[in-house]
Amino acid sequence: MEPASKLDHNHQLSLKELPYIVRWSDHRCTRCGRCTAVCPVKAIEPSVKVKRTVYSEGPLPEPQATRKIIQVVEQVTDIERYCTGCGTCTLVCPNDAIEPEYNPQNKFLHYKNKGGEGYKRGGRRNDPSISTLDRLKFTRISMLTDPALDAGRHEFRVRTLLGRILPADELPLKNVNGTLMPDNNSDKFIPPVREIFPIMIGSMSIGALSPPMWEGLAMGIAYLNEMEGLPVVMCSGEGGVPPRLLKSRFLKYFIIQIASGYFGWDEIIHAIPHMVEDPAAIEIKYGQGAKPGDGGLLMAQKVLNLIASIRGVPKFVDLASPPTHQTKYSIEEAVAKMIQSMSMAWGFRVPVYPKISGTKTARAVLNNLARNPFAAALSIDGEDGGTGAAYNVSLDKMGHPIASNLRECYLDLVKQGKQNELPLIAAGGVAKKGNLAANAAALIMLGASAVSIGKYMMQAAANCFGDEYNRCNLCNTGKCPRGITTQDPKLYRRLDSDKVAERVVEVFKTANVELKKIFAPMGRSTELPIGMSDGLSVDDKAIADRLEISYAC
Amino acid sequence: MCRLAAITSVKYFSPMENILALETMKEGHDGSGLGLTLKDLGGHFEKLKAYPILSGICSKKGAKILDDYMDKAGFKLKDIWAPKIKPVKGILQRDHYFARIYDYPASYVHKPMKEKEDLLMNVRIALRKIGEPDESIFVFSFYPDVLTLKEVGDPLQVGEFFGLDCDHIKAKIIFAQGRQNTNYTIYLYACHPFFIQGYCSMTNGENTAFVPIREFLMSRGLPGYAGYNSDSEVFTHILHYTVRQLGFPLTYYKDVITPLKETETERRRDRAALKLIKQSLRPLCIDGPNVVIGFTPDGSCFMVHDAKKLRPGVVGGVKGKYALMSEECGLDSAVPKRDKATDIFPMKYDMVIVKPHAEEVTVWNQLQS
Repeated sequence: MEPASKLDHNHQLSLKELPYIVRWSDHRCTRCGRCTAVCPVKAIEPSVKVKRTVYSEGPLPEPQATRKIIQVVEQVTDIERYCTGCGTCTLVCPNDAIEPEYNPQNKFLHYKNKGGEGYKRGGRRNDPSISTLDRLKFTRISMLTDPALDAGRHEFRVRTLLGRILPADELPLKNVNGTLMPDNNSDKFIPPVREIFPIMIGSMSIGALSPPMWEGLAMGIAYLNEMEGLPVVMCSGEGGVPPRLLKSRFLKYFIIQIASGYFGWDEIIHAIPHMVEDPAAIEIKYGQGAKPGDGGLLMAQKVLNLIASIRGVPKFVDLASPPTHQTKYSIEEAVAKMIQSMSMAWGFRVPVYPKISGTKTARAVLNNLARNPFAAALSIDGEDGGTGAAYNVSLDKMGHPIASNLRECYLDLVKQGKQNELPLIAAGGVAKKGNLAANAAALIMLGASAVSIGKYMMQAAANCFGDEYNRCNLCNTGKCPRGITTQDPKLYRRLDSDKVAERVVEVFKTANVELKKIFAPMGRSTELPIGMSDGLSVDDKAIADRLEISYAC
Repeated sequence: MCRLAAITSVKYFSPMENILALETMKEGHDGSGLGLTLKDLGGHFEKLKAYPILSGICSKKGAKILDDYMDKAGFKLKDIWAPKIKPVKGILQRDHYFARIYDYPASYVHKPMKEKEDLLMNVRIALRKIGEPDESIFVFSFYPDVLTLKEVGDPLQVGEFFGLDCDHIKAKIIFAQGRQNTNYTIYLYACHPFFIQGYCSMTNGENTAFVPIREFLMSRGLPGYAGYNSDSEVFTHILHYTVRQLGFPLTYYKDVITPLKETETERRRDRAALKLIKQSLRPLCIDGPNVVIGFTPDGSCFMVHDAKKLRPGVVGGVKGKYALMSEECGLDSAVPKRDKATDIFPMKYDMVIVKPHAEEVTVWNQLQS
């Protein structure tokens, strides 16, 4: 006889505990098996059941019961195989017979710690509410007092500067008969500055991304620069750069990241003598908005041949970067020495800047950088930034929203008169709801010189399923059903790098037009409206006060 | 859109000429203010050119505060001029309109002009701060050989109110602006022209890049970069910052407010410098729609436009007398006997410069340099 504990199923979770419940339609299903084959977590499986049916034949009702053996698709209640809601099953179903449905009553986090292991995932903070960025509106519209510009007719310069900019009174210039000429006798160091499109693709490593995804992004970037004249740059993320790219002329469109694991840097340093172009910049990663205080993490299952060779490590080992650069013990060491070493490696021809996660201490870092003449920028990554792998608790509960963090840093620079000397790059939740140009423009008007996007690119260019209802978010497992964040050829062959590149181009061309559609009615076209805070309003007094913008309702 | 009337001449002339020119452009201003800045003064002031003139308005209470402050600061009052006020319906008469001529404090008499200029500016700012909360003191300029008059009202009526039609006050450079109030409050400190340490400008149109420019200027550490009751005051301060503080030649003012694209600088010998200037002074780039008319301490007058030339402007005249106007009817009023074919309508890359004493007019083209 079965023990009572098994008979009452008390040891099992019910479907109600799980974040997604699979709705399967018996009468539509053709039993082709595609859904069960494709499910990345094996949350559904074919099963056999006995079905009792009642039927009647003849002119009079004579109901008869019969039992049939039928095949069904069933959702499992094993927490290790919970349905992530990715919807790949729906995608492959030929007959609309299956669909996961979000279960707002779920108690998923109560159970997702089997074996004492905290829940790890990819994606971004699971908070589907409207972010501050999406609440900001552009309210200073040029009306009769000054003519609004025409986004289609007037010439616009939607460009920004990446690099340390000298204050005007320190420019090494001399007046030669009424003409200003560079003073060649001056030993004043003129830092390198790049003119770029103000939206850049943020750091996503080769390794975190699949080969076709990274390649698609890279091809898109090259096309935008060479064919569309849009100088968009992209950051490599930690984990090296393909050797062929390092030695190619396209390197100038890439920002190479160095992080605390220094993965791939042996190869990069050795490639320097063979480089035909300098990279756009070097980003030193100190923190990531999605998981402040954590280092990078590439799970063993994603470390296959290609990644192992680019990073110079053995296959199938977890690649964890330490939380900090361990050879550095203070901000002076970490920032000044790292910036100088990196600058020196490229003969001071390449801007070098640090990236930190959004934090209350950002201003302390900023002030340190403001005094460092070699610091080229500060990139701040807010709490809504994405990641390939992190503890859920870090993703959901750690970090600082980008809007107020950026704004206080900008206003701090204004106080010091250095707002044009040290560009601020803002990231973390840009285009979370798809409003790329609006979010970027809002951040620019709050004081950002440029913005960085990552998660949005995966969604827009490669149809990433992830969202703020914890949909999919399997990036850390190597089982990405879209082939974006996996190193498994069986999965990444689903992704066409040409199509990714096409989408990258479409996304940036659209953003370029939409930025103009925002700037034109505000009468701005010749220079990026950095810090034009009078253009913004919000319908919340507390936010308005904090950001020092107007309240409108 | 405000209307602008600037005249520069080798001979002294009356500010009524500017006011009458503004009258021809009447549909463009709404009586929300008239500002007059006179440089190279004649008449009463002709023999006092070396002494700084404090121009302003004050209440009875403010007069006492002002006197005490100037005494304490060591300035000795040499002379006072006041317009002969003729009450005009619609213009609220304030207690004292004044131009007080001072001698420098003893410790400054032999100091270089730059130091004297800093002293004058600091005094002006201090007086403004004292008088602004209760509107007991308004000070518009404090500089040798420069006089400023401002009041709210229709330009012709304000001219009559100040008695300029009967007075013998004259100058060789006079700027006048008839204000069309747009976004900002009707307030004396919002009236153009604006003046700082020998540099003056007036503008029409709205400055859409106002806030970042204001923040940039205010963070330069110069106490004179303050006020900003009008978004156009920044144009004067950019001029001052570019030419006086940075020591750039005047034409670089155009390169600062409307920088060229990199592809447009090919013909410029100074393209390397331009690139650096454009980067370092990026927040000072204006976005229009504006025409700016200004003068510098040496008596040069100029006109420039925003990069899209969204506001009109015309310069014309004869040797010895040129006018820089926002509309041609104003030019016809100021210098009717001229060859109209030589009138200059500056385009987006042009900077029209009238040399001191209205000797000649040149058009400097940003592309050609």
